[in-house]
This record gives sequence, C-alpha cells and structure tokens, in this order.
Amino acid sequence: MKPLDLARAAIGNTFRSKTRTTLTVIAIMIGAFTLTITSAIGTGVSSYLDNEIGAFGAPDVFTITKTAEDAAPADEGPTPYDPEKAANGGDGGAQFETPRLTLDDLDTISKVDGVVDVTAVQHLSPRYVEYGDHGKFELLVNVDGVLVTPDLASGRQLEGAATGGQILLVTSYVENLGFADAEDAVGKSVNIGVADYTGEVHEVHATVAGVMFETILASGAAVNNALADELHRVQSIGAPADANDLALQARANFDASWGEERVDVLKADLADLGYTAKTVADELGVVQTVVSGIIGVMNGFAIIALIAAGFGIVNTLLMSVQERTREIGLMKAMGMGRSRIYALFSMEAVFIGFLGSVIGAAVAIGVGTIANGLVDGTVLADLEGLQVLRFELVPVATIILLVMGIAFLAGTLPARRASRQNPIDALRYE
Amino acid sequence: MNTELLGPGPLLAARDIRKSYGRGTARFDALAGVSLAVHAGESIAIVGKSGSGKSTLMHLLALLDQPDDGTLLVSEADSTQLSVRQLNRLRNEDFGFVFQQFFLTPNATVLENVVLPLKIAGIGAKQRRARGMAVLEQLEMADKAGNKAVTLSGGQKQRVVIARALVNNPKVIFADEPTGNLDTVTGALVEDLLFSLNQNHGITLVIVTHDPDLAARCDRQLFIRDGREVRSLDTPGVAA
Repeated sequence: MKPLDLARAAIGNTFRSKTRTTLTVIAIMIGAFTLTITSAIGTGVSSYLDNEIGAFGAPDVFTITKTAEDAAPADEGPTPYDPEKAANGGDGGAQFETPRLTLDDLDTISKVDGVVDVTAVQHLSPRYVEYGDHGKFELLVNVDGVLVTPDLASGRQLEGAATGGQILLVTSYVENLGFADAEDAVGKSVNIGVADYTGEVHEVHATVAGVMFETILASGAAVNNALADELHRVQSIGAPADANDLALQARANFDASWGEERVDVLKADLADLGYTAKTVADELGVVQTVVSGIIGVMNGFAIIALIAAGFGIVNTLLMSVQERTREIGLMKAMGMGRSRIYALFSMEAVFIGFLGSVIGAAVAIGVGTIANGLVDGTVLADLEGLQVLRFELVPVATIILLVMGIAFLAGTLPARRASRQNPIDALRYE
Repeated sequence: MNTELLGPGPLLAARDIRKSYGRGTARFDALAGVSLAVHAGESIAIVGKSGSGKSTLMHLLALLDQPDDGTLLVSEADSTQLSVRQLNRLRNEDFGFVFQQFFLTPNATVLENVVLPLKIAGIGAKQRRARGMAVLEQLEMADKAGNKAVTLSGGQKQRVVIARALVNNPKVIFADEPTGNLDTVTGALVEDLLFSLNQNHGITLVIVTHDPDLAARCDRQLFIRDGREVRSLDTPGVAA
C-alpha cells in the first residue's frame, strides 16, 4: 500500500464512527486548548519582560554594589552581630545597610579590564514637585531611570549631555500637576522641592522633557544627569565632609558589543574583588524565573490532561480494532503486511491527535484574542505593552506536534494488536 | 516467483500436513495428515461437514497459516523457505479469496471494495480504477461501481467479492462456501460464474463446500472427515 493511500485510508477510517471520534477529539482538544493557552501566557509574559529589557534596559551597564562579605548563607540562621558593619541611624535607612562604596572602590572598579567608565549612584530624595500653583505632590525619583529608555506618551527621551535639568514625568502625574494632557506637559518648567542636610527646603527648576508610561523596570520619575547632580548638590548642603564620598551603588559601563560570555567573565572578575555586578537583565531574571515556574506548573497540568486524553485514543482505537477484526483479517489475507496494518492504525491515532490539537489551538487562539481585548485596559491597564496571551507560530506548532506525538504513542498498543492479528482467527466462522 | 507458478509440477502440494489447536486435553486435531496436489487449471472441491477440517486445509493451502507438521509446496518450493514478504505478495497477486461472508466495507463504494487488493499491492489510483472497472464490466456490475456496498443484494455482493478476487488476475481462487449465504438461484449463478472463470480463463479453483451438487461440478473432490481424507473422487468424464 502506498503511503498516500495508507494515509487516506486512515483518515477515512477515522470518520467511520463519527460519535466516537468526535468525543475523543474533544478530549484531545481540551488538553491542547489548555496547553496552548498556558504556553501563550508564558510567551506573552516573557516576551513582555524581554521587550522591557531589550527596548528599555541598557544592555551595557552594570549596577555594582559591594558584596556583603560575611553575609551568612540563608540556611545557617541569622548573621551574628558585628558593630563595625552597622550604619549610623537616621535617614530612614536600615541600620545594617549594604556596605557603601568609597572613592577607592570606584577607582578599583574602573581599573578592571573591560570597565569603560564608572560613576557613583547617589540616592535622590526630593520632597515634592509642583507646576505653577496647582499644588505640590510627592515626587519619587528613580535613580535607575537612566538605565532604561522608557516608552513615552509624549515628548522626548532625556538628553545625557544637556546642561539644563530635565525630568521625565510618569503619566499619572500629568493631570494632578495641572496639565491638560501629556502633550501639554512637554517643555513646561516644574519646581522640585528638595531638603538639604539640615532640613531646609530649596527649589530646583527642571524642564519636562517628556511623559513616560509606567514600566516594571523603573517606577518614579527619571531625571537627567544635570538635574541629578543639582539635586544631589542641594541635598548635600551642610553635610559632613566625608559623606559625599559614599554611595550605595555605582554604575559601570562596558562595551555594548560584548557577548554574554565576556560579560560573565567581567562579572566574575568584579566578584573576585568583592563587588556584585548586575545588568538589568539579571534583575529581571528573578521575575522571569518565577513566571516560568508558574507557567511550567500550568503546562504540567495541561500535559496531564493530554495524557488522560491519550488513553481516550487508546480506548477508541482498541474498540475500532475489535470492530474491524474481520476487515484486518481480510486485508492480511490479501497480502497486506504487518507493518502496513500497524501504520494504518498509528496514522489513525496521529490523525485524531492532529484534529484535536489543531481545533484546540484554533479555539484557544480565538478565545485568547477575545480575552486579550477584555483584559487590556481593565485588569492589566497598569502594565502598558503587556499582551497577556501571545500566540506564536513555533510554540503552537510545537504543541500540535507534541499532541500528535502523544497520540502516536497512544496508538501503538491498538496498532500492535491489529498488526498481530492472525488472519485465520479473524476470518474463522466454521 | 509468479510466473513460476505455471511450471509443470503441481501449483500447490500438501504432504501429510497436520494442524492442531489447543493443548493437553483441550487439544483438537483439525488436520491429522492430509496429502493433496492442486494442478494448474483444475477445479477441486474439498468436501466435508462442519468441523471436519476442510476450512483449515484451505487456509493452509492458501498460506494463511502454517502446518504443525508435514510440508507444503508452492510450485515445488517449500513454503517455509518463503519470506513473509514473498508470502504476502503471493497471496496478493496469485491468490484470490471468496468467503462465505462477504467482508465488504459497507460504506465504501463497490469499486473501492473491488480494488482493495490493488491498493494493498501499491498500484496507482488511475490504474486501480481502470482494472477495477474492467473486472466489474466482465461481471456485468459496472453500473453499480459507484454504489455503496451496503445497498447491494446478496448475489450482487458475492459478485463484487468475486470481482475483488479476480482484480489481480490470480492463478488460484480459494472459495470457502461461496454459495453458503445465497439462495439457490443466485447460488447457481455464482457457481456458473466461478466455473466459467475456470474454463475460459484457466483459473484454478479450490472450493470448500458441504454441498454435494457444487462439489460434483468440480474436476475432483476430496472428502474430509475428522481431519483425515476419507476418499478422493475424480468426476467422471473430466481428466484430472
């Protein structure tokens, strides 16, 4: 029998018992539907995270902190008290902060092979922001703002080289500050209130460069270097002489064209010197691990459903083999080889799997597209740019192939039984 | 291998073949030593009652099963020397089967049922159709080619079965109670058809039956009882 004839015969046989085939296909469909949905969520969320890193996160910047040298491993109970590690009280900070970086540290880091440039990151804590006399609002400045290139609602990105202070406001500030809309805010001057070391509040002027959407990478307004320096200068008025030399974090640039391996080597070099270096991707990696863990569990459940459906295929085909005993006997009597009989029933199983998975995936894509429309702008309005369910060719095709694979495995038992049938027993009626 | 079947010796020969089913006390000897030679072009009837072993004998001759003991020769070659593939080809191309029950696929058309052996042989769709129609033409069933098998009468069904047995131009047709399921008139028509194939096309017939009238129309009769040959008759006036 030619493969094409065999395939045709197998497909034809599938439709002989329509009710039975339909029920089995439905079982497969449910599994395939679930798997398509969960994998689409996985694809959607991780591609959102990838986009955030890819489009907004600077790929060539490390955030460097001093590694707490004697931090006890988590499974050994609390760390013993060491008075020398304790930071001074006040400033709302924890009393055991991450060790601070000194100028010496920065010097050491800048000498590491591969580091292009290193700067200390100063913590900026302005009190408020105000536009005209529309009222003062608390302002959160994200010092990591320069690490990302946020999605803008209007205006332009910050200019690193600009001499004047620039700020990127978050969309939620626009209305409260008294702007008509995001467009209206661009180019306007706002006052930022910042307290110095003694508590006296000074006002600093900044131009609104643009308005950005909230991202999970950086919450709060972003400021350019000129404004950051100015805010830091004001903050430090009246501070003890040595306070400015300390920073919690430093930022180091490296060659953007570097591959992952070289970046890993550089990280290891810095780790040897006692510094922890993280890229934006590293920080998101944690989120990604959690998300893929959850998705993995959901996929696991979908696969369990598929395995259950696989037994449906076994059942269907066993009944089919039983019913067609004589037909199988006749075909064998007429010279059809075992392997062909086996192939005939296997193909039938694979075809049932194919039908179920294609229909399941199609329904999932349909339902998912509708669900995306509903969720977008309501439940997940805060996460702009997140398409929860993302259907892509490769994962969907993989699911279809996987289901066909499961169906093939399910078909082996009935197909074996059919191929081993003795034509005499099948045809005996004496 | 196929052309060799027309050699001078017998097409099929069984020497003291035995076959039993079950074990111990449940053991049942279906065949307890039967010898037989089937020559090209003859018609032979294997006659016996239910359970006499006549069907088992036919199954062994048709290479559907292996004897427990004794030798079975196909064109003077030992059947145990043939590979599974060769056996399948032999059954597909040189043997045709007609059973008491029709074994037609009910929802397939007459033509589809008839060309099943060609399909198994791996012959292309176009040629299948041409040969299937030719044989239906020959059996005056061409007008039913597109009908579903389930819609046919018993006699028509048996003709379709014969067409299916003929479609590969076999050298031997094995018929197990070919008229058992038919009324007398249609049974007689089917008999006529089989014997005309034997006489006009030289197709060897091996017919299993318990019907003495049908057996009498064959060149030779082999009577079987309890798995043994009881007597062998040549029908008078017909040379074996």
